[in-house]
Amino acid sequence: MAAPAKRVPLPAILLANDLLDGDVVFAFVDGASPLAWTRDPALALVAADDAAAERLEAFAATELRGNRVVDAYLVDVAIESGSPVPRHFRERFKTLGPSNRPDLGKQAGDGIASAPKG
Amino acid sequence: MYRYDEFDERFVRERVAQFTDQVARRLDGSLTEDEFKPLRLKNGVYLQLHAYMLRIAVPYGTLNSRQLRQLALIGERYDRGYGHFTTRQNLQFNWPKLRDVPAILGLLADVEMHCIQTSGNCIRNVTADHFAGVAQDEIEDPRPTAELIRQWSSAHPEFSYLPRKFKIAVTGAEADRAVIKAHDIGLRLRRHPDTHETCYEISVGGGLGRTPMIGKVVRDYLPKKDLLAYLEAVMRVYNLEGRRDNKYKARVKILVHEIGAEEFTRRVEAEFALLDGPSINADPEEVARIAAYFAPPRYDVLPAVSNTLEAAKAANPAFARWVEVNTVPHKAPGYTALTISLKPAGQAPGDATSEQMRAVADLAERYSFDELRVTHAQNLVLPHVRQRDLYAIWQALGEAGLATANVGLVTDIISCPGLDYCALATARSIPIAQAIQSRFADEARQREIGPLGIKISGCINACGHHHVGHIGILGLEKRGIESYQITLGGDATENAAIGEILGPGLAAEEVPDAIERIVSVYLAARSEGESFIDNVRRIGLAPFKAAFQETARAAA
Repeated sequence: MAAPAKRVPLPAILLANDLLDGDVVFAFVDGASPLAWTRDPALALVAADDAAAERLEAFAATELRGNRVVDAYLVDVAIESGSPVPRHFRERFKTLGPSNRPDLGKQAGDGIASAPKG
Repeated sequence: MYRYDEFDERFVRERVAQFTDQVARRLDGSLTEDEFKPLRLKNGVYLQLHAYMLRIAVPYGTLNSRQLRQLALIGERYDRGYGHFTTRQNLQFNWPKLRDVPAILGLLADVEMHCIQTSGNCIRNVTADHFAGVAQDEIEDPRPTAELIRQWSSAHPEFSYLPRKFKIAVTGAEADRAVIKAHDIGLRLRRHPDTHETCYEISVGGGLGRTPMIGKVVRDYLPKKDLLAYLEAVMRVYNLEGRRDNKYKARVKILVHEIGAEEFTRRVEAEFALLDGPSINADPEEVARIAAYFAPPRYDVLPAVSNTLEAAKAANPAFARWVEVNTVPHKAPGYTALTISLKPAGQAPGDATSEQMRAVADLAERYSFDELRVTHAQNLVLPHVRQRDLYAIWQALGEAGLATANVGLVTDIISCPGLDYCALATARSIPIAQAIQSRFADEARQREIGPLGIKISGCINACGHHHVGHIGILGLEKRGIESYQITLGGDATENAAIGEILGPGLAAEEVPDAIERIVSVYLAARSEGESFIDNVRRIGLAPFKAAFQETARAAA
């Protein structure tokens, strides 16, 4: 039997790519509503303990099966100015956009200001 | 240029219809991602860091204005207003939406283009010398051969599920401008010393990536008529004996290395002897039909040297420098082949906006018999320019931000997209290229340094060809930060060589200093007229390593 995959250190957020757009999306929760997707990394739900991480993993599995997203995985984060920021530079770029083109990607407001949340 | 016949047209349209249906089935949930992924990859659709990426084939790098304008339109309508020309003479769009890809494929089919076999374990887009048909050192235009291979390999039933991707490049000239020795198969047209017949020299087992290898010659003089049967023999040996248990050891270069070039050649020759050549090789009439599409255009009868050009150069030193750096001699008197640099300071190497694509398309239509080329060095070429038109072209390119005079110089850097876009990358490439461009921005200094090829890859897969850069830069991750390894002495030409690592990896901000020190060693040690790579070969790596260690020590 294969060993269970090792989870990233917590706290962590769940990110994925939207199936239709390819845009990077983040699991978030609005009040008492169920989990949904947002294009704004600042709104990503931060899982601080195992139970919260398991909830995100279960959501990822459901959404992958439901063909709404692809390539969903947990990313460990630090909290900076109240928002989650990935610890690894690769994932930081994923939440921003190309570092050579600040006019593109989420750093330019793409997929945040213009797209519906969730 | 080659034009689609009825078969080509139907083949491409059928593929568009198939993929349109496959996307619809993915979106309605009939196909899972695991089922869909191989289908999208067969149509050039990757999922990258921020979005999907669509890779469009530009066979042997040849385009016409209508095709380039269509790419500009797609960039504007379905992407972010720009495209990226790659080291395999493809064009990549970085931000298409999956739901739009069928429409994009339809627009490509309208101009005889597609994305078929730009991904997957099949024979990829066939590349060629970007000065094909015009270079003075050319024996024969390599593009009819490349087109023949394209037709033979497209959806070839036996070679659609190879152990790994497979890349073929063709050159017809003495100088290798197609990096043939870094391809799975490299073909060089050459004359037989006794018969003077044009033949193929066949190299197999070149490649970069984590195990860089220079291709080994398996046939010195293959008669042209035997080409497809011989390729079939090479592919069959590889398909049967290439490793499928480990993707990192699955390229033909590993097979050639493990059993030896001599034994590999023996097996290929044995397979070749068993094949029914006449049933595989192309009909001579078909070969002639293909070749006719690549016949030279109707050149004007012109003096070898244009007085108009000489007068313009005398009156405008900046124009004269651009002509000196960006043009090469042409077969036809009074003409030149012009390279348009896609490496202006501050821009990602190989990127062109839709406006720039249209500007180049206009120039190709007006001044270059409606033809242009994409180079493996991520530049564009107008292959048939009258010398007397160069000044007008230079002015128009200037308005489009495309008149940079740096072809082959230190700022003409090959760079893969790196971690700014690519899901496989382990570090960024583009900002490193930009930092080096900024450090060496002075044009006079660039010319003083002379020909120097810097190539940067953002991961071990080596799409930026760093192994064959005079100076190669490989971006890696080291303990959670980006780290850059420098190699020296690589060569992408007929003297192909793999560069050697100079020392420990450097932080991104230390790379320009390291390049500066390497260049300083060269400038101090070079003899009259000696190029960078010749200097490295003459004095060896030791002086460069010593200078590099100083950079590493200063950074520690």
